[in-house]
Amino acid sequence: MKFSHAIVEKNVVILALLTLITVSIGGLVQIVPLFSIETTIERVGGVRPYTPLEQMGRNIYIREGCYVCHSQQIRTFRDEVERYGPYSLAAESMYDHPFQWGSKRIGPDLARVGGKYSNDWHVAHLKDPRAVVPESIMPTYAFLASRPLSVPNIQDHLKTLRTVGVPYTDDMIANAAADLKAQADPDADASGLLKRYPKAVVGKFNTESPELTEMDALVAYLQMLGTLVEFSKLQPEDLHQ
Amino acid sequence: MSVAVSGGVPITAARPASREAYVEDVVRAFTIATMFWGIAAFTVGVLIAFQLAFPALNFGLEWTSFGRVRPLHTSAAIFAFGGNALLGTSFFVVQRTCRAPLFGGALPAWFIFWGYQLFIVLAGTGYLMGITQGKEYAEPEWYTDLWLTIVWVAYLIVFAGTLIKRREPHIYVANWFYLAFIITIAMLHIVNNLAVPVSFTGTKSYGAFAGVQDAMIQWWYGHNAVGFFLTAGFLGMMYYFIPKAAERPVYSYRLSIIHFWALIFLYIWAGPHHLHYTALPDWTQTLGMVFSIMLWMPSWGGMINGIMTLSGAWDKLRTNPSLRFTVTAVAFYGMSTFEGPVMSIKPVNALSHYTDWTIGHVHSGALGWVAFVTFGALYYLVPVLWRRKGLWSQTLVEWHFWTATLGIVLYITSMWVSGIMQGLMWRAYDDMGFLQYSFVETVAAMHPYYIIRGMGGVLFLTGAIIMAFNMFRTIKHGQPLAEDRPAGLVAAE
Repeated sequence: MKFSHAIVEKNVVILALLTLITVSIGGLVQIVPLFSIETTIERVGGVRPYTPLEQMGRNIYIREGCYVCHSQQIRTFRDEVERYGPYSLAAESMYDHPFQWGSKRIGPDLARVGGKYSNDWHVAHLKDPRAVVPESIMPTYAFLASRPLSVPNIQDHLKTLRTVGVPYTDDMIANAAADLKAQADPDADASGLLKRYPKAVVGKFNTESPELTEMDALVAYLQMLGTLVEFSKLQPEDLHQ
Repeated sequence: MSVAVSGGVPITAARPASREAYVEDVVRAFTIATMFWGIAAFTVGVLIAFQLAFPALNFGLEWTSFGRVRPLHTSAAIFAFGGNALLGTSFFVVQRTCRAPLFGGALPAWFIFWGYQLFIVLAGTGYLMGITQGKEYAEPEWYTDLWLTIVWVAYLIVFAGTLIKRREPHIYVANWFYLAFIITIAMLHIVNNLAVPVSFTGTKSYGAFAGVQDAMIQWWYGHNAVGFFLTAGFLGMMYYFIPKAAERPVYSYRLSIIHFWALIFLYIWAGPHHLHYTALPDWTQTLGMVFSIMLWMPSWGGMINGIMTLSGAWDKLRTNPSLRFTVTAVAFYGMSTFEGPVMSIKPVNALSHYTDWTIGHVHSGALGWVAFVTFGALYYLVPVLWRRKGLWSQTLVEWHFWTATLGIVLYITSMWVSGIMQGLMWRAYDDMGFLQYSFVETVAAMHPYYIIRGMGGVLFLTGAIIMAFNMFRTIKHGQPLAEDRPAGLVAAE
């Protein structure tokens, strides 16, 4: 029997079903294996969920649309590795809901900006980028320095993240509110926080306000970016995808 | 605006009783909404273009900073301008090519119209207040996504329902593309936006996927927002308005079948070319590249079918304002669907990715193809929908065409230069083996090109304002079609 396209053209249901099948195949082939192939995410140590303060800083990063101008994904090129640091691993964004790899570098990549500049530099730069980098075209974010960080439902944020797959423990959730404050309070006992979240950067990030501000959260997030994995200890086979 | 939509046009009521009236009020509303949101999207685009040249234009306010306004521009251009154009023309085309009024009549269509405008307003005002999912072109938060899903399902039901009750044996090719657009966007929208809200009374949610899988799903969505929203849907538009204005049948029926199935099959694989040399596994990147290159063929199949439909009617390009825009649009479509596969080749992408070259590429498609085919459709639609003999002014169409074309040329050439320059500067080494340029030196180097790009945007916006003025005059003061007068008299009895 000879196939005739007229059959498809005369039946809406057949046309719609064939269309749905046709457009499903590519996605199924490319997406499903990324969940099932175990080596998609490299087995490297050190990656942990964000501290409550870092996660809130990350939410501010998303809210302000920082990803519109800054990538967080260093590609496997000599010049990028020299400019920004070791190329990005899939493991490093495994707890990122959503991912913030970006698509455009109007400003530089931020995947490893953590620890490169002082807290004061970040605060000054965010308040007035051109005071620090005269040629910069970044908008000013002075309002972050004076706006208190208010997250009464911080536990709900962590619980929701746990629902979508971030391994927050009961201990982390129970201490979320205390950890949120302790990370930016030099007088607080941060030992519990550091045990729960190794390598967390503790300190008053925004020294211009005694309160906990949105600036503290954003700088806490920026200061940990790309710092969790110890690259000097990695072997090439650890990175096999 | 609503007066122009619902009032002053008594002709629909005057149709012969033997024929069911097409639902046209809502198409008129979509036409006006398309013009309105188009000008809004271009205006915001001009603002953010100049923000990059002159950062003082961020005004130091959170609501007007580039990071919040840029999503407003992209969403306004794609979903508000492009979306209203697609919804409106699809309702027009499906009724005419099926010889049947919309399934369900005017009421569901009005729900879709106002529901869609509400979606746009919810999304856009949200961005300015900082409510965003942080995924490009999928920024609206969970409640806006849910609302759009409801509107979209209604749209699918009305469109498919109209196809089912058609009085033509065959479903016309334009409708295949519209249907594929509606179905695929539904699939992409639902999967990419799966999220869990922190609370049902708050705006914030966390997406279901993370990291590398989220990146893949996002660009599967993102590239096919291009492939199905900005391509398949607008090809549907092309397949109606070019043959109609040229008064010629589609060039090749066989080609339309082949390129339809090839296009919708191949497009969906192209997403990973947005993630070359990233932490996405190599096999996925390579698959994405290979399919992106193959995509060149069905894309050009569409271009050939569109342009060759003019065989024997090329003279109409001089006289028909609609055709001039739609055919130029198809030429831009051909150009950007050649450029796209080239940019998806990994070594080329190594240079072009993260630079303005991508922005230029997107705009040769968005301004040259999407906007021009829409302008062409609008120049055809307005006299037909408002029963006018023709447009108020042909001269203004000429002005629109040339200011807009010059605007596109300035835009894409400046972005080619600045993109390739920036890519080369990033990888440049000096004689001592050090990186030659700091990052901020590359930013400073782009300043003149950002100004040229902004001026291109001003020209394009000016053209759109000329069009809106011409449309307004046509609707308000255009000569009514003579043949409607007797019909009107009959109805008055």
